[in-house]
Amino acid sequence: MIDTIKQKISGLLSDASVKGVVALKTANGHVTPCVFQKEDDLDMLSLGDMQASGDTRYPLNKVLITIARQYPDDVFGVLVRGCDERGLYTLYRLNQLDPDKVVPIGFCCPEELAKACECKKPYPDDPVAGEKTKEIFQNRMEEIEGMDISKRFSFWMDQFSKCIKCYGCRNICSMCFCRECSLECEDLVSKGSLPVDIPVFHLTRAMHMADRCIDCGLCEEACPSDIPLRVLYKKTSRIMNAEFGFTSGIEKQEKSPLSMLGPAPDN
Amino acid sequence: MDYRNTLTTCTYCGCGCNLFLESLDGRLTGTIPCKTGPVNEGKLCIKGWNVHQFVQSGKRLTKPLLRKNRKLEEVSWDEALDFIASRLKHIKAADGPDAVGFFASAKVTNEENYLMQKFARAAIGTNNVDHCARL
Repeated sequence: MIDTIKQKISGLLSDASVKGVVALKTANGHVTPCVFQKEDDLDMLSLGDMQASGDTRYPLNKVLITIARQYPDDVFGVLVRGCDERGLYTLYRLNQLDPDKVVPIGFCCPEELAKACECKKPYPDDPVAGEKTKEIFQNRMEEIEGMDISKRFSFWMDQFSKCIKCYGCRNICSMCFCRECSLECEDLVSKGSLPVDIPVFHLTRAMHMADRCIDCGLCEEACPSDIPLRVLYKKTSRIMNAEFGFTSGIEKQEKSPLSMLGPAPDN
Repeated sequence: MDYRNTLTTCTYCGCGCNLFLESLDGRLTGTIPCKTGPVNEGKLCIKGWNVHQFVQSGKRLTKPLLRKNRKLEEVSWDEALDFIASRLKHIKAADGPDAVGFFASAKVTNEENYLMQKFARAAIGTNNVDHCARL
């Protein structure tokens, strides 16, 4: 699979259709986000599978935003899995990236990773490499949904109380690009004190993720307290789907119901 | 265009979390926790996440300042170091080594902090050593 992707990137660089390709490389025994600008460097290309499939994924879309803000007129390639592509579609929708300036280089996740992520679309629309696998059933969410309401409430409050307020969930998130963040608004979250305000801190973020979260799971992997954040955002995303038939990042052109003005939905 | 992620170790405490300092065209743009770092496995605390910020801070001192007539004035390194050496010698001779205290920094390397405490204990002869992260 990696050779097919190398060839694809090599082609894009040699005919100068992109200025660079945002991807991952292995250097000094670590996987690092990087930008390939020369074909010779492609020996170092990594897909983010160090010990297990997808264990060294990084927010490449976030790297792309950083670069695109500085080089708005140039075209860049970016390595994408299914989740990253959902991220790209969401960032196009939110005017953070220009689809004419991005060349996605997609590949499918193996079933093993799709299962670990309980991913609803473990492949990009037009993959360069890999086989498309099936949508995975959301076991983790069903388990929590199955608790009665008081047990579920105490489960989440216990989880939230472990928070050390590192803001890692926000910082790692490619969908968190705002220059001013509600989680730093003193009317919502008190400044300079611990423990963090619960459940306000986490639910504020969950609300903001409702039409943005593309379920990549990087927040949960970055959480030093092992809070099951991914399940929380899967839930807000499920509400969006149930109420409005909308799932963030699935359809390239689709607008978010939360960004439209109009009559209330009749339900 | 020059985009880099430089692997380094967080300076803020002794845990030794691995992180990448992200830079674009020679300016730091962010911190990314290193997933393959055995200490932190892709996680950081709030200090680590913001470790890139002090480097380019406008509040950072870039030249030695010396208080003259109650006002801080910019001086050469030679003048600043001569002044420090002469005052340290004078205070140690007049009031003993424990009249001097040494404050190390969370924004330098472990090795630099080691040198600071070694200088305090071996050259001056005091155990009055402290650190801004122990507030």
